[in-house]
Amino acid sequence: MGQPIIEVRNVTMAYGRLKAVDNVSFDIEANEFFALLGPSGCGKTTLLRIIAGFVSPTSGQVFIDGQDMGRIPPNRRPVNMVFQSYAVFPHMSVEKNVAYGLQVTGTPAAEAARRVGDALERVGLSDLRTRMPDQLSGGQRQRVALARALVKQPKVLLLDEPLSALDAKLREQMQMELSHLQADIGVTFIIVTHDQDEALSMADRIAVMNNGAVDQIAEPWVLYESPANRFVADFIGKVNLIDGEVSGARGGRVTVATAALGKVSIPHDGPASGRVALAVRPEKIRISTSKPGDRDAIATTGTIADWAYYGDSSHLTVETGDGHRLGVIIQNDTRTTIDAMDIGDAVHLSWSASDTLVLDR
Amino acid sequence: MGWLRAPAGGPLDYHRRWWLRAYVGLVFLLLYAPIVTLVVFSFNDSKRNIVWRGFTTKYYWKAWNNDSLFEAFTNSLMIAGVSTAISTVIGTMVAMLLWRFRFPLKSAYEGLVALPIVVPEICMGVAMLAFFSRVTGFPTDWPWPFNLSAITAAHIAFSFPFVAVVVRARLIGFNRELEEASRDLGASEWQTFWNVIFPYMRPGVVAGALLAFTLSLDDFVVTFFTSGPDTLTFPVKVYSMVRFSVTPEVNAASTVLIAITIALTVLAMRLQSPARVG
Repeated sequence: MGQPIIEVRNVTMAYGRLKAVDNVSFDIEANEFFALLGPSGCGKTTLLRIIAGFVSPTSGQVFIDGQDMGRIPPNRRPVNMVFQSYAVFPHMSVEKNVAYGLQVTGTPAAEAARRVGDALERVGLSDLRTRMPDQLSGGQRQRVALARALVKQPKVLLLDEPLSALDAKLREQMQMELSHLQADIGVTFIIVTHDQDEALSMADRIAVMNNGAVDQIAEPWVLYESPANRFVADFIGKVNLIDGEVSGARGGRVTVATAALGKVSIPHDGPASGRVALAVRPEKIRISTSKPGDRDAIATTGTIADWAYYGDSSHLTVETGDGHRLGVIIQNDTRTTIDAMDIGDAVHLSWSASDTLVLDR
Repeated sequence: MGWLRAPAGGPLDYHRRWWLRAYVGLVFLLLYAPIVTLVVFSFNDSKRNIVWRGFTTKYYWKAWNNDSLFEAFTNSLMIAGVSTAISTVIGTMVAMLLWRFRFPLKSAYEGLVALPIVVPEICMGVAMLAFFSRVTGFPTDWPWPFNLSAITAAHIAFSFPFVAVVVRARLIGFNRELEEASRDLGASEWQTFWNVIFPYMRPGVVAGALLAFTLSLDDFVVTFFTSGPDTLTFPVKVYSMVRFSVTPEVNAASTVLIAITIALTVLAMRLQSPARVG
């Protein structure tokens, strides 16, 4: 890969003793769809605002396309932002909103008109160009904000929780559209979100943030299948965490003693010692009413304590003998799957040892 | 179609209770009857203007040709115009300062700015009198309109806080992301102010200016203390006239003033019509 489009170097943002962003460094490649994911208050929006230039970091540097942004004000940075509130100018028509960024920088009228037309067409608002913002729906207003940023032909487009105000159906549709748009125009996107589905479905790479620090940067499937720590495992998707203690390690496997499962042997490279947590995703657990016969499997028994029905799948809570609770997701892949078991039934649970992760506690 | 059956009515169906309607009517009567009477009696064909003697417009001509009344009238308009322009600019800047920035002793500063609103006018008047008697630069013997500079300065001093308060209240609802969006799209701070922030606060600025204009136009106390022997304003002149008798001339001049005020209000409402602002 060539020169990263964005380099974040040891950026710290402190408000008094509170560090909103704590010594964060990473690179973003050109044409990447990059997500900053984390719970509210983790510093992801602050980081985005530092890249946009609205706040200066306490220490550290941001390079955009190789240029230090230290003293560059937001209006002279080659990035544009789609705001959480969309921030569409209420006293300007759709067309004037989109043209604003070209007008204030003195783009020739003919070129501006052509680019505004292109941008409006790209987001499908050509028919609404004379409307005022208060005559638009939330989704349309967001498209205005998007067109307004894209018309500037930024090197990087910043999106601050762009979909959080939309209803579920529209959100899913916009996720697809944003992905296609990004692939289409080849501009680097950085999206800030607290919604893991959003990040997983759209982003090429995701940085998971927690308490101002970046815990892990990886492709979506790596984050999900090989989370770096307990926080990432818990934040991305659902996970069962079983506390235990390492009692031995040999030949690429560790033996962990747990109260819930007894002693189990799990393939694991890298160091592991002391108190750990075993993590297993609920959809990787097999559930049956008869005893399974798999050799390299971890198995336990329990009774179904709770059953949440979601149509395509069911989320079950199984209580094992000693009071532990494990979540299990089953696909309702036949119309009669739902009839096979019920709350209160005794069941066998099993999963492959290779689907189990050993995480520091 | 519930209204066809006219149910008992909820607590907010105030328009259905006759006594509430009567009360509203009474309020309007007390508010506007004196003004209507004033306007009607400006057409009264009677020197003493106590009983109606017949319709005439001659007192309008009389008022127009009354040189000292006319001068007082133009003085008042000049003072109001200049002090409104200046106090609107200062007041708006103060509102921006208080809205945008944090600085040491901010709340003390905020209180000091608002003080002229609560200080009794008579105190302001006496203070101004003492001030202008010691400070040169506001001579009352200069040619018009510069002989009005002391009154104008006094009017600016008590009316800009009103502008600041009104504009500040408007700015509280401003979405700061609009400002950031403008900067993000390449606008300088100056462009952002005129393209994004000012259009938003315009209704507040217009309302504040209107307030400043009326405050200045009808001010008596502060003006009385700051005016020189030869600089009469309309309220002061009217006061001296009614000490002898309330002639229809006074009514006529007042009616013209009311008309000007209403016209300005309508203009201001047009300027801040909701279709053009958020």
